[in-house]
Amino acid sequence: MKELMLGNKAVARGLYEAGCCVISSYPGTPSTEITEEAAKYPEIYCEWAPNEKVALEVAHGAAVGGKRAACCMKHVGLNVAADPLFTISYQGVDAGLVLCVADDPGMFSSQNEQDSRHYAIAAKVPMLEPSDSQEALDFTKEAFRLSEEYHTPVLVRMCTRISHSQSIVTQGQRQEVPRKPYVKDTQRVMMTTNSLKAHYRVEERTKAMTALAETSWLNRTEMGEDTSLGIITSSTSYQYVREVFGDKACVLKLGLSWPMPVEKIKDFASKVDQVLVVEELEPIIENHCRQIGVAVTGKEKIPLVDELTQGVIARSLGRPEKPTLTLEDPIPGRPPVMCAGCPHRGVFYTLAKNKCMVYGDIGCYTLGVMPPLNAMDLNVCMGASCSGLHGFNLAGGSEHEKHSVAVIGDSTFAHSGITGIADIAYNRSNSTVIILDNSITGMTGHQQNPTTGKTLRGEPAGKIDLEALCRAIGFDRVRVVDPNQLKEMDKVLKEELAAEEPSVIITRSPCVMLKDVPKAPPLKVDEDKCNGCSLCMRIGCPALSLRGEKVEIDRTQCIGCQVCMQMCHRDALIVG
Amino acid sequence: METVNIMLVGVGGQGSLLASKMLGHLLVNAGYDVKVSEVHGMSQRGGSVVTYVRFGDKVYSPIIDKGEADFIVSFELLEAARWVEYLKPNGRIVTNTQQMEPMPVIAGLAEYPENLVEKMQAKGIQVDAMDCLALAEEAGSAKAVNMVLMGRLSHYFPDIPLDAWHASLEANVPAKLVELNHKAFALGQKG
Repeated sequence: MKELMLGNKAVARGLYEAGCCVISSYPGTPSTEITEEAAKYPEIYCEWAPNEKVALEVAHGAAVGGKRAACCMKHVGLNVAADPLFTISYQGVDAGLVLCVADDPGMFSSQNEQDSRHYAIAAKVPMLEPSDSQEALDFTKEAFRLSEEYHTPVLVRMCTRISHSQSIVTQGQRQEVPRKPYVKDTQRVMMTTNSLKAHYRVEERTKAMTALAETSWLNRTEMGEDTSLGIITSSTSYQYVREVFGDKACVLKLGLSWPMPVEKIKDFASKVDQVLVVEELEPIIENHCRQIGVAVTGKEKIPLVDELTQGVIARSLGRPEKPTLTLEDPIPGRPPVMCAGCPHRGVFYTLAKNKCMVYGDIGCYTLGVMPPLNAMDLNVCMGASCSGLHGFNLAGGSEHEKHSVAVIGDSTFAHSGITGIADIAYNRSNSTVIILDNSITGMTGHQQNPTTGKTLRGEPAGKIDLEALCRAIGFDRVRVVDPNQLKEMDKVLKEELAAEEPSVIITRSPCVMLKDVPKAPPLKVDEDKCNGCSLCMRIGCPALSLRGEKVEIDRTQCIGCQVCMQMCHRDALIVG
Repeated sequence: METVNIMLVGVGGQGSLLASKMLGHLLVNAGYDVKVSEVHGMSQRGGSVVTYVRFGDKVYSPIIDKGEADFIVSFELLEAARWVEYLKPNGRIVTNTQQMEPMPVIAGLAEYPENLVEKMQAKGIQVDAMDCLALAEEAGSAKAVNMVLMGRLSHYFPDIPLDAWHASLEANVPAKLVELNHKAFALGQKG
């Protein structure tokens, strides 16, 4: 059956057809839909793990237990999962283990644009790179085959433009793979002698896989009429290359991007006058070519920073640009904003009002940095707010402690915040951590997590009691507050900043985008009372705007959270 | 045939995803090679969003670059203006005239430009502008802006029979909303 299919859905279909039985993942754009789509197949057990390290360990455990298993994450998630990955590579697998990692060139929804191919090289694990949805499906199946044939975990590298593009796919049937019986083998215990033997095995495996790279269908030479230039490329760059150079160009497309072939590349280079490497982000193919003595043009022309497009490639090679039109008026930007009624708004308004140094974290609430609130100072990675705040306070003492907070969402807290607050409690750091508990993983599109009480499929699940957890870790001061009540929020914040001991404030109010959260009717403006002072607009709600002399409420956006009402001194905002 | 490039642009949450799903379905059934590309995640939170739809005999790149779009279908007026650089000089803009102020305007840091339709026309762009929100509300729901725009877009593809548009609408809209969406589509067609 032919179907227009999202790249991520095609990976999920590939996992299904390959007979994968267990998937453990942590959501992260642009990888999230792989696991969500896979969860629609009852044959596959799918779960959200608290973080990527746990997810990979679960998937690996399932593979040790004899079933084909997978694990999906975004590129920065692979940093978290790197620890198990490096040693699983040594230990090898019997049942197939596939790790799908989605990079984000251009950083549409990420804090950096690291290139996951470095992990394939560093952990000595093969990596496959599809360039459209059909390949996403086919390569995922091939990844399982290679995983079992070479006893190695296999990486499938997606990127935003492959993950979130739809192209036409022909589906196949699921192949059930019988469970491999578990046999005890103490060689799996990674200590000195075993590890040394394992490392030798890994090097042998890499040699065998390099030989495979010479012949595998994953690497494809497409000789065209024009041999003046040969282009080596992979992933979405292949599509841009075809767009720019057309069907006459000679192209070597690498689907197995590590380990890379040697003879195949030399052979290709010998048949063309010059070789150009077009790859997104790092010069990995380019460096390999130089290492094996093939002269190429690469990053001296093709940009290393930001995503590539057909236009970027054409421009960087000095090809004529397409004519374009421009308007004279400056067009104001439309950055993403916290939704109308977002419970984080009250928190960030209060933090801005109290001139706090805010150590932020990863999630929707990163938007607290946007004007008019400007209420975030920095963020680094999942969980860094808690540990980073402790370090900040060590440097500044009470001068810092009285004015600084960490803010971290419930899912991020479960991911990596718990160890950070353990450090705060253990070392008696006078730090104030705010857990923004909106009962969901918001930014990636509403995934359940260990604090929500529901599984990935929405069934009843275990639930972390945040207050009890914080107390058990050693916090005597744990406060819970409704962030939409501005006076209460302000009072609690002031008290906890003043306290001379570690404290946690849990701001609890569900994400208003959740379907089962009741919405109040939109508010109205009493035109007689409103004098257009725009005090209410200081909270930065997208449903409020100034039309002439009066404030206007967008009834399609307002959900009646009443935070703006608490700002107004003239009672001009009223319940509708 | 040469690849046809359509950009759907708007504000996160306006329903462009359903429109692109419907277009994809329509074009695959019409026998074309098709690619549809969208961005999820951070950009959806009330920010500017864009979806690329490309179809033809063989489509390579999933995205549309500057100077390549045959059509920009815009759910909001400022967003139409934002993407003008992506239009071919003889391209066409089909836009909702609804204006939604972005946060820099709400925060008083920027101004929403005036007379954008006229300014785009002055550049020689063919602009098909209509109050899609009013038509959607007439059809029964403010959320049907996407179908009003699809109805209008159908004008420019005389080779694709109207029945095929209707079939794709029915395949992508929940059963209880089909009638409402048909109405919105028809109002868009009339303009």
